[in-house]
Amino acid sequence: MTESPPLFVAEHLHKRFGDQVVLEDINLSFNAGSISGIMGPNGAGKSTCFNVLTGMYRPDGGSVFFDGEDVTGLAPERIVEKGISRSFQIMNLFDEFTALENIMVATNRVRHGLHRPFWDIRADSEISHKAAEVLAMVGLTGLENSLASDMSYGQRRALEIAVSLATEPRIVFLDEPTQGLGADGRANLADLIGTLQEKFTLVIIEHDMQFLFRLANRISVIHWGQIIAEGTPDELKANEWVRTSELGKMTTC
Amino acid sequence: MLTTKGKAPIVSRQMLVFFAILLSYPLWADAAGLYEYLGIEIVIFIIYALGFNLLLGYTGLPSFGHGAYFGVGAYGYGLAQLYLDAGFIPGLLLAMLAGTVASGLVALFLSHRRGIYFALMTIAFGQVFWFLAIKLRGLTGGEDGLLNIFRPDIDFGLFQISLKSNFAFYYAVALIAVLVTLLLWRLVHSPFGMAIQAVRMNETRARFVGYQVWWIKWTVFTLSGAIAGLAGGLLNVAQESAFPDTMSLHASGLIVMMVLIGGGFVSFWGPVVGVIVYYLARDLLGSITEAWLLWYGLLFMAVMMFSPEGFAGGWGKLVAWVRRRKQGEVLMGGAQND
Ligand SMILES: Nc1ncnc2c1ncn2[C@@H]1O[C@H](COP(=O)(O)OP(=O)(O)O)[C@@H](O)[C@H]1O
Ligand SMILES: [Mg+2]
Repeated sequence: MTESPPLFVAEHLHKRFGDQVVLEDINLSFNAGSISGIMGPNGAGKSTCFNVLTGMYRPDGGSVFFDGEDVTGLAPERIVEKGISRSFQIMNLFDEFTALENIMVATNRVRHGLHRPFWDIRADSEISHKAAEVLAMVGLTGLENSLASDMSYGQRRALEIAVSLATEPRIVFLDEPTQGLGADGRANLADLIGTLQEKFTLVIIEHDMQFLFRLANRISVIHWGQIIAEGTPDELKANEWVRTSELGKMTTC
Repeated sequence: MLTTKGKAPIVSRQMLVFFAILLSYPLWADAAGLYEYLGIEIVIFIIYALGFNLLLGYTGLPSFGHGAYFGVGAYGYGLAQLYLDAGFIPGLLLAMLAGTVASGLVALFLSHRRGIYFALMTIAFGQVFWFLAIKLRGLTGGEDGLLNIFRPDIDFGLFQISLKSNFAFYYAVALIAVLVTLLLWRLVHSPFGMAIQAVRMNETRARFVGYQVWWIKWTVFTLSGAIAGLAGGLLNVAQESAFPDTMSLHASGLIVMMVLIGGGFVSFWGPVVGVIVYYLARDLLGSITEAWLLWYGLLFMAVMMFSPEGFAGGWGKLVAWVRRRKQGEVLMGGAQND
């Protein structure tokens, strides 16, 4: 394999809330086309890390580069325009919209068409066709016209991912996509993430190690706001901390 | 839930009903025990309320200080006539401009706020404008109001139409209402309309799929301020004067109540219903008792308790219920045939 520079790089990230240091000198890099895993116990700073990478919070120190461009501290809407998107641990959907509308409103074409009062999106078969394709990617075909609020928990989890794919990103950050899912849901999601890898660079927060061991090319372990271990799944399985921690003992249930 | 659904025609069926009632009102008002001038105020407030609901119902942003922009429009029209000798249409355009500038400035401070902070700041700014209207006596006439405005002729070059009669002025206002309705209907069914609803449902997600939420909020607030200014200008023409009362917290609260009681959160037409209910309550209850506002307040509470989504919400539920019953009968009929 020829070494191309990583698609996404974070250097020396620091983040404090008041006098609580949540991220301390975090360095990460994600290669194009790869699946990267972030793991660590609750409260380790994983979601905060995503929040800093995707524009929710500006870091107190450090830089973020995407495709060679400095995107540190850009607002979320600017980050999205660059080709970066994310899902949320606590789901963020447009509840009174249908599944299809959740996707449509997230597409670049609709967002760039705000100045077109005579464009009836719902009558535009090209837009709804494309939106239906995104729903199909996450296995929600047939639910196009269901209200997001009427969907089951697992379907909403899938829609949460679909909405983040709708902006046509190059890299997608998924924050604990398996949270609250049963064994079947996890297995389905693992299959889904496998298929998404062909189109997107993925970064997944997950505290179930087995899930990541199966999917990720590289894994970083965050604890107390620092990266305490990093490597391929095989390297990590041999890691002292990972083997002795609670996390290592967890299995896919 | 207020969501624009399905393909949107340029003119919908409900819209035709509304236009038919609107344009025929002077023909049957007398017979119904109403009067032309009442129609003028109702239609002016319908314009105001439709614009206000863009903000409240569609974008989910509560403003308790919108009387300010309505009032600024009223004074704007009056001053344009007194000092610039502006005619009807230029005067209205200036009223709209005044509403736009005032609300646009305020929106700069509001558009990064949400929830209770947003609401409180709308009140604070509303009070500032109300205070100015009273204190800038030289410009506004203070508490006595801005007087000596007269209803002008509309100048079409070759001929003029006098607005002196309530009949003629009613039709001028009704035509403006038709235009505003068509424009707002288009807007809420456009990508922009979808975006403002997305902001209402989930501001965070809207930002993270790429919407510049503060800009959207700014635009909606300013747009509704412009329409409030237009309506205020029209009220000035109707009353041939402008008063600080239109900017009071009480007046700002009334438009919120009208929109809520009508069902602005569930229907484009909610504000229309709400304004009509308010004026009918005022005139019908008002002819019985001085304390009509008390009874209107009680009516408001009753509606909020039994149909929190207002008249439009209650109507929607009734229609759904009738439909279910009909389907039930069809099913039962089918069973009997078997
Ligand atoms: N907005 C915030 N304000 C203050 N503290 C926060 C905020 N967000 C996260 N934290 C704190 O930062 C720490 C890390 O949280 P988080 O990043 O959500 O952890 P994880 O996702 O790894 O479970 C926690 O102690 C949490 O309370
Ligand atoms: Mg988290």
